[in-house]
Amino acid sequence: MDKFTVLNGLVAPLDRANVDTDAIIPKQFLKSIKRSGFGPNAFDEWRYLDHGEPGMDNSVRPLNPDFVLNQARYQGAQILLTRENFGCGSSREHAPWALLDYGFRAIIAPSFADIFFNNCFKNGILPIVLDAAEVDRLFNEVAAQEGYRLVIDLEAQTVTTPSGHVFGFQVDSFRKYCLLHGLDDIGLTLQHADKIRAYEARRRQSEPWVFM
Amino acid sequence: MSAQTLYDKLWQSHVVHTEPDGTTLLYIDRHLLHEVTSPQAFEGLRLAGRKPWRLSANLAVADHNVPTTDRKNGIADPVSRLQVDTLDRNCEEFGITEFRMNDVRQGIVHVIGPEQGATLPGMTVVCGDSHTSTHGAFAALAHGIGTSEVEHVLATQCLLQKKSRTMLVRVDGCLGKGVTAKDIALAVIGRIGTAGGNGYAIEFAGAAVRALSMEGRMTLCNMAIEAGARAGMVAADDTTIDYVRGRPFAPRGEQWDQAVAYWRTLHSDAGAHFDLVVELDAAAIKPQVTWGTSPEMVATIDDCVPDPARESDPVKRGGMERALAYMGLQANTPIDRITVDKVFIGSCTNSRIEDLRAAAAVVKGRHIASSIKLALVVPGSGLVKKQAEQEGLDRIFRDAGFEWREPGCSMCLAMNADRLEPGERCASTSNRNFEGRQGAGGRTHLVSPEMAAAAAIAGHFTDVRKLLS
Ligand code: SF4
Repeated sequence: MDKFTVLNGLVAPLDRANVDTDAIIPKQFLKSIKRSGFGPNAFDEWRYLDHGEPGMDNSVRPLNPDFVLNQARYQGAQILLTRENFGCGSSREHAPWALLDYGFRAIIAPSFADIFFNNCFKNGILPIVLDAAEVDRLFNEVAAQEGYRLVIDLEAQTVTTPSGHVFGFQVDSFRKYCLLHGLDDIGLTLQHADKIRAYEARRRQSEPWVFM
Repeated sequence: MSAQTLYDKLWQSHVVHTEPDGTTLLYIDRHLLHEVTSPQAFEGLRLAGRKPWRLSANLAVADHNVPTTDRKNGIADPVSRLQVDTLDRNCEEFGITEFRMNDVRQGIVHVIGPEQGATLPGMTVVCGDSHTSTHGAFAALAHGIGTSEVEHVLATQCLLQKKSRTMLVRVDGCLGKGVTAKDIALAVIGRIGTAGGNGYAIEFAGAAVRALSMEGRMTLCNMAIEAGARAGMVAADDTTIDYVRGRPFAPRGEQWDQAVAYWRTLHSDAGAHFDLVVELDAAAIKPQVTWGTSPEMVATIDDCVPDPARESDPVKRGGMERALAYMGLQANTPIDRITVDKVFIGSCTNSRIEDLRAAAAVVKGRHIASSIKLALVVPGSGLVKKQAEQEGLDRIFRDAGFEWREPGCSMCLAMNADRLEPGERCASTSNRNFEGRQGAGGRTHLVSPEMAAAAAIAGHFTDVRKLLS
């Protein structure tokens, strides 16, 4: 997993609430057995005018001019600004894989669905919760200014606007530590292998049927 | 010790280690796997040279991609086939128990876990699938995980978790005839919204929940995720214990008695504190039908499609307008005037034997409307299918014009050949009505099995209570 320290990135606005993971990456692309290559199909049904299937040459498909991420000014965006309950629905980790592969490293919203939120951290994406009024303000500023960028500093837990306004955000210290250092959860957990074994030994006594 | 909630008890009994910030290493008793969210996890294990920590914890089945028609010739779609073959190969390589496609025990992962007794009270149960919340019906702590976590559980038998807040959803009173667990679930989501449960573990309680069968409780917990909660649960009681008794993976003999004694403690103590309490009166719940593209966009059968013009919140209004456009519906249309093209009875929400019995009771002696293009019944597992056939339910459905299929996820998410065409409208017993969920451009209305059966007969939504009287 890539480290996340400071990100100075272009912002793209997706002004919808309850964006679900089926919309982020439609199910037909879940048939892949790899974890890369989902970017061209992120938001597939909104992004293209035709129906997408795995194996198509996405570079020749007709783009939907009305879909915001297709606008020239948002090309190369690394920060997605969106509305409440982003990432609801299916637990598919293909959703953060698709967003990451598309180029997003951070997502700002008033709230996220739990499983998606969790999956982001496992893939080096930082989901940031700001309150609805702050998110509103960012939507207005992005709309008003082409090339709008934000600076996200994970260590300091701040989002800084071009005019120098600073928003603070919360992040669990353990998740922050892992993200800052690009650490693999499994390796960290296996450092506690003895504790896991001791726990199992106790449970085997009290609830042996669990281990059959 | 102070009064504890069921969630507190389940959490506490699985803590292996806690970091200073509260991040906890939680032990996982049961890990269910399917073909869609596991290949990258197995690949990760292989690359790191790791082995599954405890093989007996795992049970795998292919369900999302399997065809529901003739399986003798395997899977026609090469991409689906590759995914199912990959699961077979991974399970073989790592030594994981798998029910293969032509095994009678095969079925939807959330149907077969309980059916086999692989899901037991007091367990932590996870699966790379959000509807793992289903298993909470057994007083288990069960929730969906992502693929990185699938790999984490395989490698360490643990998950890194933060404790959730607790919500009590108490449904008192008695459900009316023709009103089901599905209607409770949709009514709850209508009340609290699809984000209402974010950050919470929900316990469903109250007389109406106690009165539900295990099938009904599974339907209810299944939909907890649509309310935003990763986990839903119901306390253990005689209904739970009677269901588990004698199942293949359930304890026997002396261990059974020991287990039952423990399981009887799996309820919230009197006076336990919940962070949020939501109360519903079962008697007031009517058959529910969703009209939009989110499960919270729900109405009752005697209601109309709502009018966005009356919504003051601009974000919500925009969402409603978009949903109505997608669904091809006009504001203020009576719900029972909405005609349907296809009917789907199945999915991990409503494909168990009791669901099929309830739908068959509505269908019996009747025939689907001539305007219905396709009415499908897809049992949740091979064993459910067999049982239904022994009871003659397949005949009832076939005689009425339904197709009777092989078990799997089928048109719940349309990863196999069963799907809606653009613009087609479906009465579906599944759990998600998102844009494109049942096929690109398809329009899904979520209902109970009884209501889906009634819609098939009438050709439009109709109050099943009238058909039952
Ligand atoms: S039936 Fe539908 S919701 Fe359930 S596991 Fe299968 S695809 Fe997911």
